[in-house]
Amino acid sequence: MSILPIAAAAAEIDTGDTAWMLVATALVLMMTPALGLFYAGLVRSKNTLNTFMMCIGAIAVAGVVWALIGYSLAFDGTGSLIGGLGYVGLNDVTFIPREGTTIPHLLFMAFQATFCIITAALVSGAVVERMRFGPFLIFVALWSVLVYSVLAHWSFGGGWLAAGGTLDFAGGIPVEMGSGFSALAAALVVGARKDYGRQALLPHNALYVLLGAGLLWFGWFGFNGGSGFSTGDPSVLAFVNTLLTPACTLLVWFLLDLIRGRKVTAIGAATAIIVGCVLITPAGGFISPGWAMVLGAVGALPCYAMIVWRPRTRVDETLDVLAAHGIAGFTGILFIGLFASLAWNGIADGLFFGNASQLGDQALAALVTPVYAFVMTYALLRVMGLFTSLRASQHDEAVGMDVVQHGEEAYPSGEGAILVLPDADGEALVADPR
Amino acid sequence: MKLVIGIVRPEKANDVLEALYRAEVRGVSMSRVQGHGGELDRVETYRGTTVKVGLEDKTRFEIAVSDEFVQPAIDALCDGARTGEVGDGKIFVIPLERAVRIRTGESDQAAVTPVAK
Repeated sequence: MSILPIAAAAAEIDTGDTAWMLVATALVLMMTPALGLFYAGLVRSKNTLNTFMMCIGAIAVAGVVWALIGYSLAFDGTGSLIGGLGYVGLNDVTFIPREGTTIPHLLFMAFQATFCIITAALVSGAVVERMRFGPFLIFVALWSVLVYSVLAHWSFGGGWLAAGGTLDFAGGIPVEMGSGFSALAAALVVGARKDYGRQALLPHNALYVLLGAGLLWFGWFGFNGGSGFSTGDPSVLAFVNTLLTPACTLLVWFLLDLIRGRKVTAIGAATAIIVGCVLITPAGGFISPGWAMVLGAVGALPCYAMIVWRPRTRVDETLDVLAAHGIAGFTGILFIGLFASLAWNGIADGLFFGNASQLGDQALAALVTPVYAFVMTYALLRVMGLFTSLRASQHDEAVGMDVVQHGEEAYPSGEGAILVLPDADGEALVADPR
Repeated sequence: MKLVIGIVRPEKANDVLEALYRAEVRGVSMSRVQGHGGELDRVETYRGTTVKVGLEDKTRFEIAVSDEFVQPAIDALCDGARTGEVGDGKIFVIPLERAVRIRTGESDQAAVTPVAK
Protein backbone atom coordinates (compact mmCIF):
# COMPACT_ATOMS: atom_id res chain seq x y z
CA MET A 1 0.00 0.00 0.00
CA SER A 2 1.52 3.22 -1.09
CA ILE A 3 2.25 6.07 1.21
CA LEU A 4 -0.30 8.37 -0.28
CA PRO A 5 0.33 12.08 -0.43
CA ILE A 6 -2.07 13.81 1.91
CA ALA A 7 -3.82 16.29 -0.32
CA ALA A 8 -6.25 17.79 2.12
CA ALA A 9 -6.50 17.62 5.88
CA ALA A 10 -10.13 16.53 5.79
CA ALA A 11 -10.28 14.12 2.84
CA GLU A 12 -13.55 13.92 1.03
CA ILE A 13 -15.18 10.77 -0.20
CA ASP A 14 -14.74 10.16 -3.89
CA THR A 15 -17.64 8.20 -5.37
CA GLY A 16 -15.55 6.64 -8.14
CA ASP A 17 -12.93 5.43 -5.69
CA THR A 18 -15.60 4.09 -3.35
CA ALA A 19 -17.39 2.22 -6.15
CA TRP A 20 -14.16 0.54 -7.22
CA MET A 21 -13.18 -0.37 -3.66
CA LEU A 22 -16.59 -1.97 -3.02
CA VAL A 23 -16.00 -4.20 -6.03
CA ALA A 24 -12.35 -4.82 -5.14
CA THR A 25 -13.30 -5.94 -1.62
CA ALA A 26 -15.76 -8.47 -3.02
CA LEU A 27 -13.12 -9.67 -5.50
CA VAL A 28 -10.58 -10.29 -2.75
CA LEU A 29 -13.10 -12.11 -0.56
CA MET A 30 -13.80 -14.42 -3.51
CA MET A 31 -10.12 -15.35 -3.56
CA THR A 32 -10.49 -17.39 -0.37
CA PRO A 33 -13.06 -19.89 -1.70
CA ALA A 34 -11.00 -19.87 -4.93
CA LEU A 35 -7.98 -20.84 -2.86
CA GLY A 36 -10.13 -23.56 -1.28
CA LEU A 37 -10.83 -24.94 -4.75
CA PHE A 38 -7.16 -24.69 -5.73
CA TYR A 39 -6.02 -26.49 -2.58
CA ALA A 40 -8.85 -29.06 -2.70
CA GLY A 41 -7.76 -30.15 -6.16
CA LEU A 42 -4.19 -30.63 -4.98
CA VAL A 43 -5.02 -33.06 -2.15
CA ARG A 44 -6.32 -36.63 -2.24
CA SER A 45 -10.06 -37.09 -2.76
CA LYS A 46 -10.64 -38.24 0.82
CA ASN A 47 -9.48 -34.83 2.10
CA THR A 48 -11.27 -32.59 -0.41
CA LEU A 49 -13.88 -31.12 1.90
CA ASN A 50 -11.59 -30.68 4.89
CA THR A 51 -9.08 -28.79 2.76
CA PHE A 52 -11.78 -26.50 1.36
CA MET A 53 -13.29 -26.07 4.83
CA MET A 54 -10.00 -24.77 6.22
CA CYS A 55 -10.38 -21.81 3.84
CA ILE A 56 -14.06 -21.34 4.69
CA GLY A 57 -13.12 -21.61 8.37
CA ALA A 58 -10.55 -18.85 7.91
CA ILE A 59 -13.30 -16.54 6.60
CA ALA A 60 -15.36 -17.22 9.70
CA VAL A 61 -12.63 -16.96 12.31
CA ALA A 62 -10.25 -14.38 10.85
CA GLY A 63 -13.17 -12.22 9.71
CA VAL A 64 -14.60 -12.00 13.21
CA VAL A 65 -11.25 -11.63 14.97
CA TRP A 66 -10.26 -8.88 12.52
CA ALA A 67 -13.37 -6.85 13.31
CA LEU A 68 -13.00 -7.38 17.06
CA ILE A 69 -9.29 -6.65 17.53
CA GLY A 70 -7.06 -7.36 14.54
CA TYR A 71 -7.96 -4.23 12.60
CA SER A 72 -7.28 -2.00 15.58
CA LEU A 73 -3.86 -3.54 16.26
CA ALA A 74 -2.90 -3.18 12.62
CA PHE A 75 -4.30 0.22 11.74
CA ASP A 76 -4.84 2.34 14.86
CA GLY A 77 -2.10 4.92 15.37
CA THR A 78 1.49 5.02 14.25
CA GLY A 79 3.16 3.03 17.02
CA SER A 80 6.40 1.58 15.78
CA LEU A 81 5.75 -2.09 16.59
CA ILE A 82 2.00 -2.42 17.06
CA GLY A 83 -1.13 -0.31 16.68
CA GLY A 84 -3.50 0.79 19.40
CA LEU A 85 -6.82 -0.33 20.78
CA GLY A 86 -8.84 2.65 19.54
CA TYR A 87 -10.70 0.68 16.89
CA VAL A 88 -11.46 -2.40 19.00
CA GLY A 89 -14.88 -3.76 18.08
CA LEU A 90 -14.93 -1.29 15.16
CA ASN A 91 -15.26 1.63 17.58
CA ASP A 92 -14.87 4.89 15.63
CA VAL A 93 -14.71 3.07 12.30
CA THR A 94 -17.29 5.11 10.41
CA PHE A 95 -17.99 6.62 7.02
CA ILE A 96 -15.42 9.37 7.57
CA PRO A 97 -12.36 8.49 5.46
CA ARG A 98 -9.03 7.56 6.99
CA GLU A 99 -6.35 10.15 6.54
CA GLY A 100 -4.95 9.93 3.03
CA THR A 101 -7.86 7.97 1.57
CA THR A 102 -11.04 8.99 -0.21
CA ILE A 103 -13.21 6.02 0.69
CA PRO A 104 -15.29 5.36 3.82
CA HIS A 105 -13.18 4.11 6.72
CA LEU A 106 -15.60 1.21 7.15
CA LEU A 107 -14.92 0.07 3.59
CA PHE A 108 -11.16 0.40 4.14
CA MET A 109 -11.54 -1.90 7.14
CA ALA A 110 -13.52 -4.47 5.12
CA PHE A 111 -10.96 -4.44 2.29
CA GLN A 112 -8.17 -5.07 4.80
CA ALA A 113 -10.25 -7.82 6.45
CA THR A 114 -10.29 -9.81 3.22
CA PHE A 115 -6.47 -9.67 3.21
CA CYS A 116 -6.22 -11.05 6.74
CA ILE A 117 -8.68 -13.83 5.82
CA ILE A 118 -6.87 -15.08 2.75
CA THR A 119 -3.49 -14.91 4.44
CA ALA A 120 -4.68 -17.15 7.26
CA ALA A 121 -6.26 -19.49 4.70
CA LEU A 122 -2.97 -19.67 2.79
CA VAL A 123 -1.14 -21.12 5.79
CA SER A 124 -3.52 -24.12 5.78
CA GLY A 125 -1.70 -25.36 2.68
CA ALA A 126 1.17 -26.49 4.89
CA VAL A 127 -0.92 -28.70 7.17
CA VAL A 128 -3.73 -30.14 5.02
CA GLU A 129 -4.60 -33.85 5.14
CA ARG A 130 -3.59 -34.21 8.80
CA MET A 131 -4.26 -31.21 11.05
CA ARG A 132 -7.47 -31.43 13.11
CA PHE A 133 -10.13 -28.90 12.20
CA GLY A 134 -10.78 -27.50 15.69
CA PRO A 135 -7.15 -26.72 16.54
CA PHE A 136 -6.77 -25.20 13.07
CA LEU A 137 -9.56 -22.71 13.77
CA ILE A 138 -7.98 -21.77 17.10
CA PHE A 139 -4.66 -21.38 15.32
CA VAL A 140 -6.26 -19.01 12.77
CA ALA A 141 -7.72 -16.86 15.54
CA LEU A 142 -4.40 -16.49 17.38
CA TRP A 143 -2.22 -16.30 14.27
CA SER A 144 -4.24 -13.52 12.64
CA VAL A 145 -3.60 -11.36 15.74
CA LEU A 146 -0.05 -12.38 16.66
CA VAL A 147 1.41 -12.55 13.16
CA TYR A 148 -0.82 -10.95 10.54
CA SER A 149 -1.91 -7.83 12.45
CA VAL A 150 1.65 -7.12 13.53
CA LEU A 151 3.12 -7.47 10.03
CA ALA A 152 0.25 -5.47 8.54
CA HIS A 153 0.95 -2.70 11.03
CA TRP A 154 4.66 -2.69 10.19
CA SER A 155 4.06 -2.42 6.44
CA PHE A 156 0.64 -0.77 5.99
CA GLY A 157 -0.44 0.74 9.29
CA GLY A 158 2.37 3.21 9.88
CA GLY A 159 4.71 0.87 11.75
CA TRP A 160 8.48 0.94 11.63
CA LEU A 161 8.97 -0.60 8.18
CA ALA A 162 6.58 1.81 6.45
CA ALA A 163 7.98 4.74 8.44
CA GLY A 164 11.50 3.72 7.48
CA GLY A 165 10.67 3.88 3.79
CA THR A 166 10.09 0.23 2.90
CA LEU A 167 7.65 -0.02 0.00
CA ASP A 168 5.02 -2.76 -0.20
CA PHE A 169 2.12 -2.07 -2.51
CA ALA A 170 -0.34 -4.89 -1.82
CA GLY A 171 1.14 -7.12 0.83
CA GLY A 172 4.43 -8.78 -0.05
CA ILE A 173 5.33 -8.45 3.62
CA PRO A 174 2.26 -9.45 5.66
CA VAL A 175 0.42 -11.57 3.09
CA GLU A 176 3.03 -13.35 1.00
CA MET A 177 6.14 -13.59 3.19
CA GLY A 178 3.92 -13.74 6.27
CA SER A 179 2.03 -16.78 5.02
CA GLY A 180 4.96 -18.50 3.32
CA PHE A 181 7.35 -18.55 6.23
CA SER A 182 4.57 -19.29 8.72
CA ALA A 183 3.65 -22.25 6.53
CA LEU A 184 7.18 -23.60 6.85
CA ALA A 185 6.99 -23.35 10.64
CA ALA A 186 3.54 -24.97 10.70
CA ALA A 187 4.72 -27.88 8.55
CA LEU A 188 7.68 -28.45 10.89
CA VAL A 189 5.60 -28.39 14.08
CA VAL A 190 2.62 -30.42 12.82
CA GLY A 191 4.91 -32.90 11.08
CA ALA A 192 4.72 -34.79 7.81
CA ARG A 193 1.74 -36.84 6.67
CA LYS A 194 2.17 -40.47 7.65
CA ASP A 195 2.55 -41.64 4.04
CA TYR A 196 4.82 -38.76 3.00
CA GLY A 197 7.95 -40.08 1.33
CA ARG A 198 6.53 -43.63 1.27
CA GLN A 199 3.66 -43.39 -1.18
CA ALA A 200 2.87 -41.20 -4.15
CA LEU A 201 0.45 -38.56 -2.82
CA LEU A 202 -1.09 -37.08 -5.95
CA PRO A 203 -3.47 -34.21 -6.70
CA HIS A 204 -6.92 -35.73 -7.17
CA ASN A 205 -8.45 -33.17 -9.53
CA ALA A 206 -6.30 -31.00 -11.78
CA LEU A 207 -9.37 -29.17 -13.08
CA TYR A 208 -10.13 -27.79 -9.61
CA VAL A 209 -6.53 -26.60 -9.45
CA LEU A 210 -6.78 -24.76 -12.77
CA LEU A 211 -10.20 -23.32 -12.03
CA GLY A 212 -9.05 -22.21 -8.57
CA ALA A 213 -5.96 -20.56 -10.05
CA GLY A 214 -8.08 -18.76 -12.63
CA LEU A 215 -10.47 -17.45 -10.01
CA LEU A 216 -7.55 -16.39 -7.82
CA TRP A 217 -6.04 -14.43 -10.70
CA PHE A 218 -9.42 -12.76 -11.33
CA GLY A 219 -9.68 -11.82 -7.65
CA TRP A 220 -6.08 -10.60 -7.64
CA PHE A 221 -7.10 -7.67 -9.85
CA GLY A 222 -9.07 -6.45 -6.84
CA PHE A 223 -6.25 -7.37 -4.48
CA ASN A 224 -3.55 -5.41 -6.31
CA GLY A 225 -5.76 -2.94 -8.16
CA GLY A 226 -7.54 -2.07 -4.92
CA SER A 227 -4.38 -1.51 -2.92
CA GLY A 228 -4.10 2.07 -4.17
CA PHE A 229 -7.51 2.71 -2.51
CA SER A 230 -8.51 4.75 -5.51
CA THR A 231 -8.95 4.71 -9.26
CA GLY A 232 -5.75 6.72 -9.62
CA ASP A 233 -2.54 5.97 -11.47
CA PRO A 234 -0.98 3.57 -8.91
CA SER A 235 -4.11 1.41 -8.99
CA VAL A 236 -4.19 1.34 -12.77
CA LEU A 237 -0.49 0.47 -12.90
CA ALA A 238 -0.89 -2.33 -10.37
CA PHE A 239 -3.99 -3.61 -12.16
CA VAL A 240 -2.24 -3.81 -15.52
CA ASN A 241 0.91 -5.31 -14.01
CA THR A 242 -1.32 -8.02 -12.50
CA LEU A 243 -2.06 -9.04 -16.07
CA LEU A 244 1.48 -8.79 -17.43
CA THR A 245 3.61 -10.35 -14.70
CA PRO A 246 1.76 -13.69 -14.38
CA ALA A 247 1.63 -14.00 -18.17
CA CYS A 248 5.44 -13.80 -18.26
CA THR A 249 5.72 -16.22 -15.34
CA LEU A 250 3.53 -18.67 -17.24
CA LEU A 251 5.73 -18.53 -20.32
CA VAL A 252 8.93 -19.07 -18.36
CA TRP A 253 7.26 -21.87 -16.36
CA PHE A 254 6.32 -23.57 -19.65
CA LEU A 255 9.96 -23.41 -20.72
CA LEU A 256 11.21 -24.75 -17.39
CA ASP A 257 8.69 -27.60 -17.57
CA LEU A 258 9.83 -28.37 -21.11
CA ILE A 259 13.47 -28.47 -20.11
CA ARG A 260 12.83 -30.59 -17.05
CA GLY A 261 10.23 -33.06 -18.29
CA ARG A 262 9.78 -32.38 -22.03
CA LYS A 263 6.12 -31.54 -21.40
CA VAL A 264 4.22 -28.46 -20.31
CA THR A 265 2.10 -29.42 -17.30
CA ALA A 266 -1.32 -28.08 -16.32
CA ILE A 267 -0.73 -28.09 -12.59
CA GLY A 268 2.57 -26.36 -13.28
CA ALA A 269 0.67 -23.68 -15.19
CA ALA A 270 -1.78 -23.19 -12.33
CA THR A 271 1.17 -22.83 -9.97
CA ALA A 272 2.80 -20.30 -12.29
CA ILE A 273 -0.33 -18.12 -12.24
CA ILE A 274 -0.15 -17.96 -8.44
CA VAL A 275 3.60 -17.31 -8.43
CA GLY A 276 3.24 -14.51 -10.99
CA CYS A 277 0.44 -12.83 -9.06
CA VAL A 278 2.48 -13.05 -5.85
CA LEU A 279 5.59 -11.63 -7.53
CA ILE A 280 3.76 -8.49 -8.61
CA THR A 281 1.83 -8.07 -5.34
CA PRO A 282 4.45 -5.99 -3.49
CA ALA A 283 5.74 -4.24 -6.59
CA GLY A 284 2.52 -3.63 -8.54
CA GLY A 285 2.21 0.14 -8.19
CA PHE A 286 5.95 0.89 -8.07
CA ILE A 287 7.55 -0.53 -11.22
CA SER A 288 6.98 0.08 -14.91
CA PRO A 289 5.03 -2.48 -16.99
CA GLY A 290 8.27 -3.42 -18.74
CA TRP A 291 10.08 -4.22 -15.50
CA ALA A 292 6.94 -5.99 -14.23
CA MET A 293 7.29 -8.38 -17.17
CA VAL A 294 10.95 -8.93 -16.34
CA LEU A 295 9.96 -9.61 -12.73
CA GLY A 296 7.48 -12.26 -13.87
CA ALA A 297 10.12 -13.99 -15.97
CA VAL A 298 13.06 -13.79 -13.55
CA GLY A 299 11.01 -14.40 -10.42
CA ALA A 300 9.78 -17.73 -11.77
CA LEU A 301 13.27 -19.22 -11.41
CA PRO A 302 13.75 -19.33 -7.60
CA CYS A 303 10.14 -20.43 -7.06
CA TYR A 304 10.39 -23.22 -9.63
CA ALA A 305 13.66 -24.40 -8.10
CA MET A 306 12.11 -24.44 -4.63
CA ILE A 307 9.08 -26.43 -5.81
CA VAL A 308 11.32 -29.02 -7.43
CA TRP A 309 13.67 -29.25 -4.47
CA ARG A 310 11.25 -29.21 -1.51
CA PRO A 311 9.62 -32.66 -2.06
CA ARG A 312 13.08 -34.24 -1.91
CA THR A 313 13.39 -33.10 1.69
CA ARG A 314 11.71 -34.50 4.78
CA VAL A 315 9.69 -31.29 5.16
CA ASP A 316 6.08 -31.97 4.16
CA GLU A 317 5.13 -28.36 3.49
CA THR A 318 2.35 -29.96 1.54
CA LEU A 319 1.09 -27.41 -0.98
CA ASP A 320 4.33 -25.39 -1.28
CA VAL A 321 3.12 -22.18 0.30
CA LEU A 322 6.73 -21.27 1.03
CA ALA A 323 7.78 -21.53 -2.62
CA ALA A 324 4.70 -19.94 -4.20
CA HIS A 325 4.19 -17.18 -1.62
CA GLY A 326 7.23 -16.85 0.66
CA ILE A 327 9.94 -16.99 -1.99
CA ALA A 328 7.89 -15.10 -4.60
CA GLY A 329 6.98 -12.38 -2.07
CA PHE A 330 10.63 -12.13 -1.02
CA THR A 331 11.67 -11.74 -4.67
CA GLY A 332 9.02 -9.10 -5.35
CA ILE A 333 9.96 -7.05 -2.29
CA LEU A 334 13.64 -7.02 -3.30
CA PHE A 335 12.76 -6.23 -6.93
CA ILE A 336 11.20 -2.94 -5.79
CA GLY A 337 14.56 -1.95 -4.36
CA LEU A 338 16.19 -2.58 -7.72
CA PHE A 339 13.70 -1.31 -10.29
CA ALA A 340 11.22 1.04 -8.60
CA SER A 341 10.83 4.09 -10.81
CA LEU A 342 9.90 7.56 -9.59
CA ALA A 343 8.61 8.39 -13.04
CA TRP A 344 5.98 5.67 -12.69
CA ASN A 345 5.17 5.75 -8.97
CA GLY A 346 5.88 9.32 -7.90
CA ILE A 347 7.40 8.08 -4.62
CA ALA A 348 10.88 6.62 -4.98
CA ASP A 349 13.48 5.21 -7.34
CA GLY A 350 15.28 1.90 -6.94
CA LEU A 351 18.97 1.04 -7.26
CA PHE A 352 18.95 0.95 -11.08
CA PHE A 353 17.53 4.46 -11.17
CA GLY A 354 20.15 5.77 -8.78
CA ASN A 355 18.65 5.26 -5.33
CA ALA A 356 20.63 2.54 -3.57
CA SER A 357 19.10 3.20 -0.17
CA GLN A 358 15.72 1.89 -1.35
CA LEU A 359 17.28 -1.54 -1.82
CA GLY A 360 18.49 -1.37 1.77
CA ASP A 361 14.98 -0.59 3.01
CA GLN A 362 13.56 -3.50 1.00
CA ALA A 363 16.28 -5.92 2.12
CA LEU A 364 15.57 -5.07 5.77
CA ALA A 365 11.92 -6.10 5.35
CA ALA A 366 12.95 -9.20 3.40
CA LEU A 367 15.11 -10.30 6.32
CA VAL A 368 12.99 -9.35 9.31
CA THR A 369 9.59 -10.53 8.05
CA PRO A 370 10.53 -14.19 7.45
CA VAL A 371 12.21 -14.39 10.85
CA TYR A 372 9.24 -12.88 12.69
CA ALA A 373 6.63 -14.98 10.85
CA PHE A 374 8.59 -18.20 11.31
CA VAL A 375 9.47 -17.73 14.97
CA MET A 376 6.02 -16.55 16.09
CA THR A 377 4.17 -19.30 14.22
CA TYR A 378 6.57 -21.96 15.48
CA ALA A 379 6.16 -20.79 19.07
CA LEU A 380 2.38 -20.44 18.77
CA LEU A 381 1.88 -23.99 17.47
CA ARG A 382 4.33 -25.45 20.01
CA VAL A 383 2.37 -23.81 22.83
CA MET A 384 -0.94 -24.96 21.35
CA GLY A 385 0.52 -28.46 21.14
CA LEU A 386 0.95 -28.49 24.91
CA PHE A 387 -2.81 -28.19 25.37
CA THR A 388 -4.23 -30.17 22.49
CA SER A 389 -3.25 -32.63 19.81
CA LEU A 390 -2.73 -30.69 16.60
CA ARG A 391 -3.03 -33.61 14.24
CA ALA A 392 -5.37 -36.51 13.62
CA SER A 393 -4.46 -40.08 14.62
CA GLN A 394 -2.82 -42.34 12.05
CA HIS A 395 -6.09 -44.24 11.69
CA ASP A 396 -8.11 -41.08 11.07
CA GLU A 397 -5.51 -39.81 8.63
CA ALA A 398 -5.75 -43.08 6.71
CA VAL A 399 -9.55 -42.99 6.57
CA GLY A 400 -9.49 -39.36 5.43
CA MET A 401 -10.29 -36.06 7.07
CA ASP A 402 -13.63 -35.57 5.28
CA VAL A 403 -15.35 -38.50 6.96
CA VAL A 404 -13.50 -38.16 10.27
CA GLN A 405 -13.70 -34.38 10.80
CA HIS A 406 -16.91 -33.49 8.97
CA GLY A 407 -18.96 -36.69 8.59
CA GLU A 408 -19.33 -36.06 4.87
CA GLU A 409 -17.70 -37.18 1.65
CA ALA A 410 -16.89 -35.01 -1.36
CA TYR A 411 -18.04 -37.69 -3.75
CA PRO A 412 -20.71 -39.81 -2.00
CA SER A 413 -22.13 -42.54 -4.20
CA GLY A 414 -25.25 -42.91 -2.09
CA GLU A 415 -25.00 -46.68 -2.55
CA GLY A 416 -25.56 -48.51 0.67
CA ALA A 417 -26.68 -45.33 2.46
CA ILE A 418 -29.72 -45.93 4.67
CA LEU A 419 -31.95 -42.94 5.43
CA VAL A 420 -32.28 -42.22 9.14
CA LEU A 421 -35.54 -40.57 10.29
CA PRO A 422 -36.02 -39.22 13.80
CA ASP A 423 -39.08 -40.66 15.57
CA ALA A 424 -41.36 -38.76 17.94
CA ASP A 425 -38.87 -38.98 20.82
CA GLY A 426 -36.08 -37.65 18.66
CA GLU A 427 -34.49 -41.09 18.60
CA ALA A 428 -32.85 -42.11 15.36
CA LEU A 429 -34.92 -44.53 13.36
CA VAL A 430 -34.03 -46.36 10.17
CA ALA A 431 -36.55 -45.72 7.42
CA ASP A 432 -38.71 -48.62 6.27
CA PRO A 433 -37.32 -49.52 2.85
CA ARG A 434 -40.85 -50.07 1.47
CA MET B 1 -3.01 -73.68 -7.54
CA LYS B 2 -5.29 -71.50 -5.52
CA LEU B 3 -7.14 -68.22 -5.95
CA VAL B 4 -6.63 -66.08 -2.87
CA ILE B 5 -9.27 -63.37 -2.45
CA GLY B 6 -8.67 -60.71 0.15
CA ILE B 7 -11.22 -58.02 1.00
CA VAL B 8 -9.54 -55.22 2.97
CA ARG B 9 -9.92 -51.60 4.04
CA PRO B 10 -9.15 -49.24 1.14
CA GLU B 11 -6.87 -47.17 3.35
CA LYS B 12 -4.76 -50.32 3.97
CA ALA B 13 -4.58 -51.33 0.32
CA ASN B 14 -1.18 -49.74 -0.19
CA ASP B 15 0.19 -51.52 2.88
CA VAL B 16 -1.08 -54.82 1.46
CA LEU B 17 0.57 -54.13 -1.89
CA GLU B 18 3.84 -53.41 -0.11
CA ALA B 19 3.58 -56.61 1.93
CA LEU B 20 2.78 -58.69 -1.17
CA TYR B 21 5.74 -57.14 -2.96
CA ARG B 22 8.04 -58.01 -0.07
CA ALA B 23 6.68 -61.59 -0.02
CA GLU B 24 7.53 -61.78 -3.74
CA VAL B 25 3.94 -62.48 -4.66
CA ARG B 26 3.49 -61.04 -8.13
CA GLY B 27 0.39 -60.97 -10.28
CA VAL B 28 -2.36 -59.15 -8.43
CA SER B 29 -5.74 -57.77 -9.43
CA MET B 30 -7.35 -55.09 -7.34
CA SER B 31 -10.89 -53.72 -7.49
CA ARG B 32 -13.09 -51.43 -5.47
CA VAL B 33 -16.08 -53.12 -3.92
CA GLN B 34 -18.68 -52.24 -1.34
CA GLY B 35 -19.63 -54.55 1.43
CA HIS B 36 -20.78 -55.05 4.96
CA GLY B 37 -19.05 -57.24 7.47
CA GLY B 38 -20.79 -56.49 10.77
CA GLU B 39 -18.92 -53.30 11.65
CA LEU B 40 -20.68 -50.29 13.17
CA ASP B 41 -22.43 -48.10 10.63
CA ARG B 42 -20.92 -44.71 9.92
CA VAL B 43 -23.31 -41.76 10.07
CA GLU B 44 -23.13 -38.88 7.59
CA THR B 45 -25.24 -35.74 7.46
CA TYR B 46 -26.02 -33.64 4.38
CA ARG B 47 -28.13 -30.60 5.31
CA GLY B 48 -31.25 -32.13 6.89
CA THR B 49 -30.60 -35.63 5.64
CA THR B 50 -28.88 -38.08 7.95
CA VAL B 51 -27.80 -41.42 6.56
CA LYS B 52 -26.17 -44.55 7.91
CA VAL B 53 -23.59 -45.86 5.52
CA GLY B 54 -24.54 -49.53 5.49
CA LEU B 55 -22.07 -50.53 2.81
CA GLU B 56 -18.46 -49.61 3.41
CA ASP B 57 -15.93 -49.13 0.63
CA LYS B 58 -13.53 -52.06 0.50
CA THR B 59 -10.70 -53.11 -1.74
CA ARG B 60 -10.71 -56.64 -3.16
CA PHE B 61 -7.48 -58.37 -4.06
CA GLU B 62 -7.47 -61.42 -6.34
CA ILE B 63 -4.22 -63.34 -6.40
CA ALA B 64 -3.76 -66.60 -8.33
CA VAL B 65 -0.77 -68.49 -6.87
CA SER B 66 0.92 -71.85 -6.93
CA ASP B 67 0.53 -73.87 -3.72
CA GLU B 68 3.80 -72.83 -2.08
CA PHE B 69 2.79 -69.15 -2.36
CA VAL B 70 -0.63 -69.54 -0.72
CA GLN B 71 0.63 -69.04 2.83
CA PRO B 72 2.94 -66.11 2.00
CA ALA B 73 0.03 -64.39 0.21
CA ILE B 74 -2.26 -64.91 3.20
CA ASP B 75 0.41 -63.66 5.60
CA ALA B 76 1.00 -60.58 3.50
CA LEU B 77 -2.71 -59.77 3.35
CA CYS B 78 -3.02 -60.15 7.13
CA ASP B 79 0.11 -58.12 7.88
CA GLY B 80 -0.82 -55.32 5.53
CA ALA B 81 -4.52 -55.08 6.30
CA ARG B 82 -4.81 -55.65 10.06
CA THR B 83 -5.69 -52.72 12.35
CA GLY B 84 -7.36 -54.76 15.10
CA GLU B 85 -10.68 -52.97 14.69
CA VAL B 86 -13.89 -54.53 13.39
CA GLY B 87 -13.97 -54.17 9.60
CA ASP B 88 -10.45 -55.31 8.73
CA GLY B 89 -11.87 -57.71 6.14
CA LYS B 90 -11.71 -61.38 5.11
CA ILE B 91 -9.55 -63.74 3.10
CA PHE B 92 -11.01 -66.57 1.02
CA VAL B 93 -8.93 -69.30 -0.61
CA ILE B 94 -10.51 -71.18 -3.50
CA PRO B 95 -9.10 -74.11 -5.51
CA LEU B 96 -8.23 -73.02 -9.02
CA GLU B 97 -9.14 -75.42 -11.79
CA ARG B 98 -7.23 -73.88 -14.65
CA ALA B 99 -5.17 -70.83 -15.53
CA VAL B 100 -4.00 -69.70 -18.97
CA ARG B 101 -1.52 -67.00 -19.88
CA ILE B 102 -3.12 -65.37 -22.90
CA ARG B 103 0.08 -64.13 -24.52
CA THR B 104 1.80 -67.53 -24.75
CA GLY B 105 -0.97 -70.04 -24.21
CA GLU B 106 0.94 -71.46 -21.21
CA SER B 107 -1.45 -73.01 -18.75
CA ASP B 108 -1.71 -73.81 -15.06
CA GLN B 109 1.52 -73.71 -13.01
CA ALA B 110 3.47 -71.94 -15.74
CA ALA B 111 0.70 -69.40 -16.18
CA VAL B 112 0.73 -68.25 -12.55
CA THR B 113 4.53 -68.15 -12.33
CA PRO B 114 5.81 -64.64 -12.95
CA VAL B 115 7.83 -64.10 -16.09
CA ALA B 116 11.50 -64.25 -15.10
CA LYS B 117 13.10 -61.30 -16.76
